[in-house]
Amino acid sequence: MQYSPKVMDHFANPRNVGEIAGADGVGEVGNPACGDIMKMSLKIKDNVIVDVKFKTFGCGAAIATSSISTEMIKGKTLEDALKVTNKAVAEALDGLPPAKMHCSVLAEEAIEAAIDDYLKKTTGKGLEKKKAHKHDERHEH
Amino acid sequence: MKVVYTDNNATTKVATEVVDAMTPYFTEYYGNPSSMHTFGGQVAKKIDFARQQIAELIGANPDEIVFTSCGTESDNTAIWGVLRANPHKRHIVTSRVEHPAIYNLCKYLAQNGYHVTEIGVDSHGMIDLSELSDAVREDTAVVSIMYANNETGVVFPIEEIGAIVKQRGSMLHTDAVQAVGKLPINLSKSTIDLLTLSGHKLHAPKGIGALFIRKGTTFTPFIIGGHQEKNRRGGTENVPSIIGLGKACELAKKYVNEEQTRIKQLRDKLETEILKRAPDTRVNGHKASRLPNTTNLSFEFVEGEAILLLLNEKGICASSGSACTSGSLEPSHVLRAMGVPFTAVHGSVRLSLSRYNTADEIDYIIEHLPPIIRRLREISPYGRETKVKGQTSTVSARL
Repeated sequence: MQYSPKVMDHFANPRNVGEIAGADGVGEVGNPACGDIMKMSLKIKDNVIVDVKFKTFGCGAAIATSSISTEMIKGKTLEDALKVTNKAVAEALDGLPPAKMHCSVLAEEAIEAAIDDYLKKTTGKGLEKKKAHKHDERHEH
Repeated sequence: MKVVYTDNNATTKVATEVVDAMTPYFTEYYGNPSSMHTFGGQVAKKIDFARQQIAELIGANPDEIVFTSCGTESDNTAIWGVLRANPHKRHIVTSRVEHPAIYNLCKYLAQNGYHVTEIGVDSHGMIDLSELSDAVREDTAVVSIMYANNETGVVFPIEEIGAIVKQRGSMLHTDAVQAVGKLPINLSKSTIDLLTLSGHKLHAPKGIGALFIRKGTTFTPFIIGGHQEKNRRGGTENVPSIIGLGKACELAKKYVNEEQTRIKQLRDKLETEILKRAPDTRVNGHKASRLPNTTNLSFEFVEGEAILLLLNEKGICASSGSACTSGSLEPSHVLRAMGVPFTAVHGSVRLSLSRYNTADEIDYIIEHLPPIIRRLREISPYGRETKVKGQTSTVSARL
């Protein structure tokens, strides 16, 4: 299996595992048929992500992308967190095998879904323009 | 690093005795068995001896053994050989759980003018004999049903299948790559017309296989070339590997009883202890009609590749039916054909033993596998709690 040492580190020692009790926003993305589901919960204070935790059902890359993306958005404003792309997640892990790029898409979507949930709860309105669901497009069922 | 090799349905260690038997055929006896001179001709005699060793393991006549380069070639040779010899028959019957060598070949044939009927299996991976009986018809050229499944180890009642096939006047090919050496096989009293075996699944090297073609079978060669193998397979013989396969079959004959005793006991202990220590785990495949060396387990709420990676860190080699380990991102077609829910397919792990596994190694796996499952379940959004609360029920229930 051709994973970078960084992927293996985040997979074997995942950061921010868990669920935040009374989270301000929760996002769950993925599809059990594809074998990966990512659930991200956020604690948000003054538009800033003060805490983030994840739970993931998936392969090594799915767990590693979940773990590193929590580190990437912690302390960020919602606007900045939404700018985290799947490419940035993959790059932060020193790359992913091509077949595993969809895992980084899943991480990006989990962040987006959690923020969308938060906005819906607080403003009654979700994200104006959600990104296309790239993850599902990569799988045919 | 310590290596505990329990992926023997993928490939096996080449037996030392096999390596020793092969070596002189690289260094000293490198002649071409087709040559007129004694130097080459003596090699032909050794090939005959190897052919006999193989025939003895499976109760065949040496003339009925054709050497090939691998199991896949034997499968292709069998199917194409029969189809070309019986051009008026355009129908093939196979199962939904075949190895890709047959599964994808039949898909190709279906796309190229042949009619293919796939027989399903039940939730235990057992073939539906009445469905098979209904499927075989007058224009069925060949029925190709595996002897034992590579993923689950499920053993099909091949002689019952053969009886149905014979009743309908068709031919039976069986991919017995996983069965030869693990189960006693006697083709002298059998309904099997063609049987595939592969060297590297029984402690011979990769790159050598054989096809049993029952005497009197109408058959056209697949690889056309020289007169080798009595015009049934062209190409200069892979002498060292043929010698190795012969030796491996001789050894397999000696050890086949051990498969049913010691290896089966190790497998059963492994399975029982893992089930005890890792709750929410299921065995995939018929528990009784199964290869003695194989266990296929599905761990709920976790994914197979993640399990394999952590097993790998402990030096334990296994495989999975998860999409993420398939290279094609498709989950196991075998487990799907059995109706195993997607999540359980993704959480499946196959452990397959050989005569080289020890009781200590089994204890080592029993010690290290359950904590890996617990660890991954802590990361998973699903688990018993979600099940008990009834919020989302299990993942599988969401499908």
